[in-house]
Amino acid sequence: MMLFYWVMVILISLSMVAFIYRLIIGPSVPDRVVALDSLGVALIAMIGLISILADTSFFLDIILLLAILAFIGTVAFSKFLEKGEIIQRDNDLS
Amino acid sequence: MTMILANILIGVTVSLGVIFILVTAIGLIRLPDIYCRTHAASKSATLGVMFILLGVFLHFWLIEGIVNTRIILGIVFLFITGPVGGHVIGRSAYLSGVKMWDQSVKDELAPVIAERKKLDEQK
Repeated sequence: MMLFYWVMVILISLSMVAFIYRLIIGPSVPDRVVALDSLGVALIAMIGLISILADTSFFLDIILLLAILAFIGTVAFSKFLEKGEIIQRDNDLS
Repeated sequence: MTMILANILIGVTVSLGVIFILVTAIGLIRLPDIYCRTHAASKSATLGVMFILLGVFLHFWLIEGIVNTRIILGIVFLFITGPVGGHVIGRSAYLSGVKMWDQSVKDELAPVIAERKKLDEQK
């Protein structure tokens, strides 16, 4: 069963290499953001498998943390691409 | 006996998830433009990581005897935010002017955006 989990970890690493390839050659900026988002998702899967391999449940907080961080990063970057700023200035004040 | 059944269940779920993540990688490399790539990345990667986290939850539940609710929370959170992230990045790619694939046949968002621009100029 351990060998099975190691094979799964290696397959996920191969797909991470594919994501990094897209991150490097991606012709536009949103391509790279999509690749980074998928990289975060693959990292979450890998942490799940590694916490099985290391036989501990202390790493499982990291899953939720990485999910939240990847989502916030994607939304912030797409808002920057769309409007040119991330946190908009208030109209009433100034 | 129960252990073997549990191991088979976990093995099937984890390998399904890994297959979905590999499909995401192949799609991200081979598909022609950004919209097809978000189509591959948002759905398939989300389903794959949900399957893998389900396998991890089943492992800790059936073999170690720990019910870990944080994994369930992670599955629900990924199910909500994965497609939303794909939508948001596709929309920002369209609005920042990334070109579609040269063989795509239909662009239903372009007249809507032209109309909105016209309304903005009238104000």
